[in-house]
Amino acid sequence: MLDITKQSLTELVENIKNKKLSSTDVTKAFIQRSEKSSELNAYITDDFTLALDKAKKFDQNPNLDLKLPGIPMAVKDLFCTKNVKTTAGSKILNNFVPTYESTVTENIWNEGAILLGKLNCDEFAMGSSNETSHFGNVQNPIDKNLVPGGSSGGSASAVAGQLTPITIGTDTGGSIRQPASFTGIVGLKPTYGSCSRYGIVAFASSLDQAGPMAQNVKDCALLQEVISTYDPKDSTSINFKRNHYSKELTKNIKGKKIGIPKEYRVDGMPKEIEDLWQKGIQYVKDCGAETIDISLPHTSYALPTYYIVAPAEASSNLARYDGVKYGYRAKGENLIDMYEKTRSEGFGAEVQRRIMIGTYVLSSGYYDAYYLKAQKVRKLIKNDFDEAYKKVDAILTPSTPSSAFKIGEKTNDPVSMYLNDIFTVPVNLAGLPGISIPAGHDTKGYPLGLQIIGKAFDEQNILNIAFAMEEKINFKNKITDWWIK
Amino acid sequence: MSIDLKTIKHISKLSRISVDEKRAGKLADDLNSIFEFIEKLNELKTDDVKPLTSIAETTLKFRSDEIKSKNIREQIIKNSPEDNEDYFVVPKVIE
Repeated sequence: MLDITKQSLTELVENIKNKKLSSTDVTKAFIQRSEKSSELNAYITDDFTLALDKAKKFDQNPNLDLKLPGIPMAVKDLFCTKNVKTTAGSKILNNFVPTYESTVTENIWNEGAILLGKLNCDEFAMGSSNETSHFGNVQNPIDKNLVPGGSSGGSASAVAGQLTPITIGTDTGGSIRQPASFTGIVGLKPTYGSCSRYGIVAFASSLDQAGPMAQNVKDCALLQEVISTYDPKDSTSINFKRNHYSKELTKNIKGKKIGIPKEYRVDGMPKEIEDLWQKGIQYVKDCGAETIDISLPHTSYALPTYYIVAPAEASSNLARYDGVKYGYRAKGENLIDMYEKTRSEGFGAEVQRRIMIGTYVLSSGYYDAYYLKAQKVRKLIKNDFDEAYKKVDAILTPSTPSSAFKIGEKTNDPVSMYLNDIFTVPVNLAGLPGISIPAGHDTKGYPLGLQIIGKAFDEQNILNIAFAMEEKINFKNKITDWWIK
Repeated sequence: MSIDLKTIKHISKLSRISVDEKRAGKLADDLNSIFEFIEKLNELKTDDVKPLTSIAETTLKFRSDEIKSKNIREQIIKNSPEDNEDYFVVPKVIE
């Protein structure tokens, strides 16, 4: 049998169901590998002792009808986990131990999975390289000097490095798809309203979505099936008929119409990304789908729109961190002084920058010029997609404008860091589902991803297209275990 | 448009984040480069566009106001930096 940690989720589930492996075997294997992988800095908090206890308990009376029977899993440290520290990568939540569970993680435990620990991320999910985390940057298993992407950088690194068979991240502007692309794994950002936001530390509420990150499309579909539920505790959760994504998964995409948006051919995009995209177009054609050139004319306005909308919502969401009810508190001469020092010492530079941008664009005299303007442009961006979807079933683009960059390369230039999300941000602004699948390597041998964008609530369709393409691409991630002690 | 130190001071006060002189200059530079990037939106005429305020385009649902969690006082206070019996403690607000 293949090394336990090299097996996919689907294989592990099968082996546990056939009693070839116990939950204890599997949990032990991932704990051991995680313990040898401290150099990646993928974990903020581990829960290994309890995880092993839970696995043993599961094995005593295994319920093999569950979808994730005794499967160990680490999750992004943005999900509140009852009695397990949840930091959002921030000093201000350094000591926060939630007394409740997020709906998405609750769904996962209800299907039999076991928490391994909490994975590193950019502070409050604000970043594209996992370098804004208070708990240090994360290394990309592909190469020592590379960022894993962000904000779900610890999650991506942990899946690519086989520290967890699967994980969940969150995606506000690309935070699942970009790190998935940088580490050679699959990442799905579901339709807005598909997965409950209850118990997820909020960043930008009209954009945030949780989603699965996995080694392959089938695993991704299975986890999506578990986490996507209607939840009255989230007022924007949508009650629609959800598929059994993994069961209904098919490689038959004959006759599907796939849009190729010309505006995604941006200035300065490396030739290898263009080549990858052309290869992707050939793959979908080989699968029997038809490609159609389309236009999404407002694409270049998506990032500026995002950098008004997201900080505005963040400045409002993060107002709750005042050093009174929970989290870090600094000493102050009076209440206001305490607030100001708490927030100045508790938030990192990028978070402060975004709170200030958000505060400014919402402040008296500037609201119409910035926030209202951005909401109008957001409408135009959504209209572009609505128009395109009259002609096509899905859209194919590169996931990112480049492969993973070096640690420290972009930390001093916020705008160049933001440009990383140029292909992913429009999808969040329009509330659509998008999946990134590994599709090739650049000349340096670093992985590159392709993104498939779907209609709202059409996760099944983009999973199917990804599933069909995956077979044609036959991607092999180049993991050398350089970090293992 | 340019964000000067006076504006930084104003935003810092509104957002309750203290910014010392040393940091203010760098912050102004960063914000200016970001706003320069954002100004691109002014190329678009949007007078007749209705703003997108909710992506789901549904009205918010009502639900009955039922109490579902009881006796969670202890849980609520558990993570507070400083508390006294059932209260959060803050620096003195009345002189």
